[in-house]
Amino acid sequence: MSHLDGNALAGVLSEVFTFDPTLARARCANCYSVDVLARAMVYVDGSAFVVRCASCDAVLATVMDGDGRRWVSLKGVSAIEIPR
Amino acid sequence: MSFITRGFSGRSHDRDPRLPPGQTEVSDWPVLSAGPTPRVDTEEWEFSIRTENGAHTWTWDQFMALKIDDVSTDIHCVTHWSKLGTSWRGVSIDTLFEGIETSHDFVMAHSYGGYTTNVPLDELLNGQAWIAFEFDGEPLEAEHGGPARLIVPHLYFWKSAKWVRGLVTMPNDDPGFWEQSGYHIHGDPWKEERYW
Repeated sequence: MSHLDGNALAGVLSEVFTFDPTLARARCANCYSVDVLARAMVYVDGSAFVVRCASCDAVLATVMDGDGRRWVSLKGVSAIEIPR
Repeated sequence: MSFITRGFSGRSHDRDPRLPPGQTEVSDWPVLSAGPTPRVDTEEWEFSIRTENGAHTWTWDQFMALKIDDVSTDIHCVTHWSKLGTSWRGVSIDTLFEGIETSHDFVMAHSYGGYTTNVPLDELLNGQAWIAFEFDGEPLEAEHGGPARLIVPHLYFWKSAKWVRGLVTMPNDDPGFWEQSGYHIHGDPWKEERYW
C-alpha cells in the first residue's frame, strides 16, 4: 500500500493540538488506566518536564526545552481522547 | 586600542580551562530527577553485567570486595552547570569487565526506577567510568544516586545514571531514556553535544 509523507499530518495535527492538553484523557501504555493529564505527576528535571502516570508511576510523556527548541515525547501514552 | 585587546584576552584567561564551552561553575550540587527517588537498601542491592554470553551479578558485599579506586574529576551537566574537582570512590568498569567477553560495542545502563542511558563500551573502559558509592568521603546520598551510580565524567552527566543496577551490552547504539526524547546520542561536553 502506498503512503503519504508527513506533510499530510499538517491539517489534522494543527486541529489536534489546539485544545487545553490538561483536559485531555490519556491511556497509560503500561497499566492501561485512563485519566486526565491534569492528574498526572509531573517532575521537573532541569529544563524538562517528566509526566508520570498517577496509577503506576510509568513515564507518560516528556517535554524538554533546549537551545530555543522543544522536544515532546508521548512514549507512554497509548491514546489521547481530545475534547471537541 | 591596546587596552581593549588586553581586556578581551584577560577575560578569556580568567575562564577556568577545565570548563567546557557554555558551562558555568557551581559550588552546590543541583538535584535533577526524572521521577521519585528510589530507596534501595544495600542488603537488596545487586549489580549485573549482561552480554550475549550470559550475566554476571554482584551483591553489595561482593562489590565492596573488588578493587576500589579514588577518583577526582570534573562533572558537567547538560543544563549548563559544571562542578570542578569532585571526589568519588568506586569500582572501575575495567575491573567489572575483567573476564567478560562480548562482541558488542555499546552498553545500555539500567537503573532502579527504570531510567536508561546508552554509552559506547570503549568509553566506559580504560579508566573512563566507575560505579561510584562514595562522594566527598561519605556514602552517596539517595538523591544523588546512592547507594551507587555510574559516573562517566567525560560525557554530560545525564549519562552518569543514578541508582544504577546493571549494564547490558548491545550491538547497536540504541538510545536511552533522554536520548530518545531530545538529548544527544553521545553527549561530549567539549563538543557541546547537548541535543539531537
